[in-house]
Amino acid sequence: MTIEELNQTQADETARQQALDERIYCCTAAGCISCGAEGLRNAITEQVKSQGRLDKVEVCGTGCMGMCSRGPLVMAASGTALYGNVTPSDAPALASGNPLDRRPLADRQIDLNAPFFTQQVRIVLANSGRVDPEKLTDYIAAGGYQSLARALTELKPPEVIEEVKTSGLRGRGGAGYPTGLKWELVSKQISPTKYIVCNADEGDPGAFMDRSVLEGDPHRVLEGMAIAGYAVGAQQGYIYVRGEYGLAIQRLQTAIKQAEREHLLGSRILESGFGFRIDLRIGAGAFVCGEETALIASIEGKRGQPRQRPPYPPESGLWNQPTLINNVETFANIPPIIEKGGAWFASIGTPSSKGTKVFALAGKIANTGLIEVPMGTALRTILFDIGGGIPEGKFKAAQTGGPSGGCIPEQFLDTPVDYESLARIGSIMGSGGLIVMDNASCMVDVARFFMEFCMDESCGKCIPCRAGTVQMHDILRRMTLGDASEDDLAMLEELSGLLRETSLCGLGQTAPNPVMSTLRYFRQEYEAHIRERRCPAGHCRIEAGVPA
Amino acid sequence: MSVKTLEIDGKMLTGVAGETIFSVAWNKGIRIPRLCHIGGISDVGACRLCLVEIEGQKKLQASCLTPVEEGMVVHTDTPKLRAHRRLIVELLFAERNHICSVCVMNGDCELQELATELGIDHVRVRYQFPSLPVDLTHERFGLDHNRCILCTRCIRVCDEVEGAHTWDMLGRGTNSRVISDLGEPWGASDSCTSCGKCVQVCPTGALFAKGKAVGEMRKDRTFLKYIVTAREKKQWIE
Amino acid sequence: MDRVTKKPRLATAWLGGCSGCHMSFLDLDERLIDLAARVEFCACPLTDLKDFPEADITLVEGAVANEEHLETIHEIRKRTKILISLGDCAVTGNVTAMRNAFGVEDVLNRAYKELATVVVGIPSGNDVVPKLLARVRPVHEVVKVDYYLTGCPPSADAIHACLVDLLEGREPAGEVKRFG
Repeated sequence: MTIEELNQTQADETARQQALDERIYCCTAAGCISCGAEGLRNAITEQVKSQGRLDKVEVCGTGCMGMCSRGPLVMAASGTALYGNVTPSDAPALASGNPLDRRPLADRQIDLNAPFFTQQVRIVLANSGRVDPEKLTDYIAAGGYQSLARALTELKPPEVIEEVKTSGLRGRGGAGYPTGLKWELVSKQISPTKYIVCNADEGDPGAFMDRSVLEGDPHRVLEGMAIAGYAVGAQQGYIYVRGEYGLAIQRLQTAIKQAEREHLLGSRILESGFGFRIDLRIGAGAFVCGEETALIASIEGKRGQPRQRPPYPPESGLWNQPTLINNVETFANIPPIIEKGGAWFASIGTPSSKGTKVFALAGKIANTGLIEVPMGTALRTILFDIGGGIPEGKFKAAQTGGPSGGCIPEQFLDTPVDYESLARIGSIMGSGGLIVMDNASCMVDVARFFMEFCMDESCGKCIPCRAGTVQMHDILRRMTLGDASEDDLAMLEELSGLLRETSLCGLGQTAPNPVMSTLRYFRQEYEAHIRERRCPAGHCRIEAGVPA
Repeated sequence: MSVKTLEIDGKMLTGVAGETIFSVAWNKGIRIPRLCHIGGISDVGACRLCLVEIEGQKKLQASCLTPVEEGMVVHTDTPKLRAHRRLIVELLFAERNHICSVCVMNGDCELQELATELGIDHVRVRYQFPSLPVDLTHERFGLDHNRCILCTRCIRVCDEVEGAHTWDMLGRGTNSRVISDLGEPWGASDSCTSCGKCVQVCPTGALFAKGKAVGEMRKDRTFLKYIVTAREKKQWIE
Repeated sequence: MDRVTKKPRLATAWLGGCSGCHMSFLDLDERLIDLAARVEFCACPLTDLKDFPEADITLVEGAVANEEHLETIHEIRKRTKILISLGDCAVTGNVTAMRNAFGVEDVLNRAYKELATVVVGIPSGNDVVPKLLARVRPVHEVVKVDYYLTGCPPSADAIHACLVDLLEGREPAGEVKRFG
């Protein structure tokens, strides 16, 4: 495909879509599929077919529409009416071109003017829910691969990097390292072979941002990676995706094949001199492989264990070559930055945290689902306006950053969500998991849960993480059983310091964070478990009597 | 080869570019504690006992993997480091079943020695008492997982010096276990040459020669120096 | 150590251990005579007392392995000013704790069924034999311990040095010759 052909395809497909009477979008992301979206989509298609309108109405599967708690979701009437909790028996109403026929669904219609939609700014998720992730032409019609074309024809590699630097984009995997600087580091390495790696080993409990992006808009990630390859001088990319993400893997495979067939990937992309291949590497279920050095070892076919840094991957990464590793969401931000310019991106967000962030809302919140907000949005807005608040009971804490993050109590609800502000209150941005807890949640047990996760996921290489997480979990477990002393609490704090300061990689260094943040804000709950053998939240079952 | 001058524990020392802090310190008699390091094979920085404080750096660094730099000021024995090391060794004792009184290496064990050096007189964390097997299928040697600290010296010496790669690691976290070949009993291993290098480098009594009574085993690590010098400098030293 | 009075009361106790630490204590030999002059020896495994007496210093040998040990050690802690873990079983669990890797059931079956020749069967139905705890534990996991004498057994010199330090009001040097 040449650039002219790309433009032609975009024009043709747009014209074709506009000539239709309507398009009906069925969310076919993992959440909706698990509550029957496939059958629903087939039923609607059958309905359209029986009406003899197949040439005039298109039923598309799309990526995540966001409000997962109301799935399966269908957007009827070309994106003007959204319905939740629909079943195949609703197919006739949904497939009807007459709005009056949809009246029986009124109680399940979701208000598109609700804060859930109006308060969001969708850049990464712009196509999610609007574009069929299995159709390349759909992505092209939405402007896909135009950024790659622009980069290849109008920009020199340093100019691409300059654009990313101007944007102020920071790594969305959690640590928030400036993306442009990382690209520049890799580009400056003198080496005939360099690699681009997309970290899609999303593993935090309650996190499904990357999964949704890969399932809903895989071409966007491929395009972002190809632009990165052009910018830093790499010809090969790998997407390291966790094996549990079957649908994401399948859609990525489809997308890579489609892109290769149209010369949007492979050699001589868009008939230019630039070639870039992308291959998938499937993770085998180790959380630690999301750590970049462990991820590299895993791609190399070795045991997935971290190693000492430096050297950092930009200098010596995959097969000892300069390697650029970015997260899915980071790459997904690249096409719009190249399309609209770094300055546009930098105009969104806060002075130090630019752009938007995708969050996965989970736990005790009305609108469980996937959202995207500008950096700096207050936690209160996210949880109560967009998230719809706590269904029953009272807000107690929000957990960000998964097992590496912290719990944020009520007094910080007005904190703007950006890298620095979250760090200041003892949590981290993390990759975007946001778990909400109400007053029925015991914070000691929450800490125990995350410590159990870290203990199970520790690779075992360094002693503090391998054996320290076991001991911290043991103490927390005994606290929830009413079998712990003040000495145990002191040891818990000493172990927290040990893991933070001496562990080899980020997993161990941040494993104490949930403990430290809950101790900081909910110390009285710990003390109640120890001194009074009582769980203030009424969650832990502490037996009467003195423990042996 | 450029020379780097640095300060370790108040002493002005020199090392060549690329040499590690650990190596410069030990050459001058500053014994930084270690369990996974052993001269002659690659370093992995896993035991975290050789962590040192470097002025101007926020993070503690594994001295076995950190090359010396001009003007570095290094502290190897501060109260904070001692506290961390003590707790790390306590964690090791609690992790598996180290019953020194019935161990062939009692009195010549690096783990035990380190505990003594650090003044450990009891372990403050809970003993885990895992149920672990003992592999006595090899004709001359035994492997007692109860005493293994997962330092991976055996894996590295077998791979890098003997070239057999009989040993590797199974599982993860605290369930990690050293295995021979693909998990076969040691005696059934096709790749093992019975050279015994793994036994000699093992810091504890996890790998031992059969037929030794409690406290009888002594390990000889001088062979590593012979082999490595012969390989790298083409000299056979006595 | 102002807690130790002029003629301090010294006791020893024997939980789950082989009594080797007591043998080592007896290896004080002639130093025992000096010691006997300086303290009031109020309890040892041979004294037949209904309750554990009030003591200034108690040396506890052995790990906490059964219900009787558990009761005894709590009683000792209540009535003793300075509690010392004597030897590796008390300090680490040592050989006594080796059964922890198997579980009580397996251990009892092995001892009373598989290897029994005359009377086969696990003793039950009486209150005389105390029940084994699910896990053998070092003493400091159960009660607060003030000092530790490591070794299997600790040397007579180490025991002597510790006692003399305490009796003379000094903090024991606590030099560990060998741990574990």
